[in-house]
Amino acid sequence: MLRRQRISSIGKHTLLIVLSLIMLYPVLWMVASSLRPDGYIFNNPSLVLDTFAYKNYTNGWGALQQPFGTYLLNSAIVVVGAILGNLISCSLAAYAFARLRFRFKRLAFGAMLVTMMLPIQVLIIPQYVIYAQLGWINTFLPLIVPKFLATDGFFIFLMVQFIRGIPRELDEAARIDGAGHARIFLQMMLPLMKPALATAAIFTFIWTWNDFFSQLIFVTEPDKYTSSVALRQFIDPTGQSDFGGLFAMSVVTLVPVFLAFLFGQRFLLRGIATSGGK
Amino acid sequence: MGARMSALSELRALKPTKAGKRARDKSDTRDNKAAAVFLAPWIVGFVAITLGPIVASFCLSFTNYNLLQNPQFTGLTNIGRMLQDSDLGSSLVVTLTYVVISVPLQLAVALAIAVLLDRGMRGLSFYRSVLYLPSLLGGSVAIAVLWRLVFGGSGLLNAFLAMFGIHGPSWIGSPNTALGTLIVLHVWTFGAPMVIFLAGLRQIPPEFYEAASTDGASKWRQFRSITLPLLSPIVFFNLVLGIIGAFQSFTQAYVISNGSGGPTNSTLFITLYLYQKAFGSLQMGYASAIAWLLLLIVAAATAINFWASKYWVFYDD
Repeated sequence: MLRRQRISSIGKHTLLIVLSLIMLYPVLWMVASSLRPDGYIFNNPSLVLDTFAYKNYTNGWGALQQPFGTYLLNSAIVVVGAILGNLISCSLAAYAFARLRFRFKRLAFGAMLVTMMLPIQVLIIPQYVIYAQLGWINTFLPLIVPKFLATDGFFIFLMVQFIRGIPRELDEAARIDGAGHARIFLQMMLPLMKPALATAAIFTFIWTWNDFFSQLIFVTEPDKYTSSVALRQFIDPTGQSDFGGLFAMSVVTLVPVFLAFLFGQRFLLRGIATSGGK
Repeated sequence: MGARMSALSELRALKPTKAGKRARDKSDTRDNKAAAVFLAPWIVGFVAITLGPIVASFCLSFTNYNLLQNPQFTGLTNIGRMLQDSDLGSSLVVTLTYVVISVPLQLAVALAIAVLLDRGMRGLSFYRSVLYLPSLLGGSVAIAVLWRLVFGGSGLLNAFLAMFGIHGPSWIGSPNTALGTLIVLHVWTFGAPMVIFLAGLRQIPPEFYEAASTDGASKWRQFRSITLPLLSPIVFFNLVLGIIGAFQSFTQAYVISNGSGGPTNSTLFITLYLYQKAFGSLQMGYASAIAWLLLLIVAAATAINFWASKYWVFYDD
């Protein structure tokens, strides 16, 4: 019996290790290929490097209209704006939904939950028209301003969940001490909400960094391209593509996401586990 | 399962009797002013960026609009055109095929691996991290680019096959396999639902399994009779949100096909077709009609899911 258990445990680990390797192999192959001379990338499944060609990185960095750093900086600006916007506007809304008693609360909360499930495509054309009339096309405003208006229901919901887990007695004690809602929110709730704020910040970071659809639509001039939009310029439908440079810059755009994963994993796992319960 | 509930069960719980709802809305209004302040950004956003645009795109569906001139009311012309549009037809087939195969497949893999990684297993957090990472990377342009090169004619997959003497085709370039590579990409990102399933599995009391074991129930039987029913609300949650999300997939198909949806429309997601019509040829009226069609399909799929859930989702409350 015990021997059977050990064998099944070895089998399980073998299976999981093989699976992990298969899962990571394409990404590792991309990193390896980005360090190979251009002619050696294709028809080559190995991860072993004979030579070390960092040239792809210098070539790729300068291959487009602007240095790739410009695109990374543009993405960073959008990301920082989106994080600030989401943290401020979603925490305010979450406090109201979790703690305040007001008219039409159920209706508003239901509306918020439904908007979480709305396809963005049904909004994008009128939004484009509005932003065009405001003169916002080809600026970062269409990518940042909506975040300050709590349009990411997922984060409101995440924070509502978190606030509900904070004992109400704390609020009531503060209320008895004469604190108003503004003070309770700023001095008590926000510090207690740090884990939820961190989760929202990291998810906003990764999703905004990876976003392509809205950045492709709202940012149309090369000097304003984000890294996602810039990356696809490498794939030239007519001529030859610079695959070495493409690989290298792809790796560069994945590094921030990987770092966010490395340092924020605890918050990411907790965030999706608590929002995904029954 | 604890006080924490998903957005879906909150929606279910919000369906009250009408009398109860009125009474509550009237009695609990002491924080009206504070709520108006705290909710001000959300209210502006909801009206200007969500509700307004939904109504506007509905109205635009009945017009001819190219952004430069004012919209022209054309009645039901767009709907008539949709009925005869064979590209739209193939985009619906492609999208539905993708949704119906990739979402259940991804969830099945996520569930199987989550069960395999059962509690207290050595190296659990390592495996969990490694398997979760692709779901964070998967939505990016970089990974879509990688997929092009993995499944291209002289890409990684064919280089592997060549070691066994197999000469593979360009998987991206063939209409029969291009959509398959996108389904593989979706399954590759199974880590996020896997983490959710792991959290759910941890909530199942171990005594249930102990009792079943002493009764001589096999592992498979335990999975069928304990794990699956108790996890079914979480599976349902992932299924509903997964389907809604998969209908909106865009980036991967765009990058893999260079925005064309090819070869021969085989990766033409409805979102991609909508993008071509709206921002490629500035047919904003027709594109709005397509957007509303997408909304109705997503709503119908969600309604069917809720209806079907009566037969397989087990709620202990």
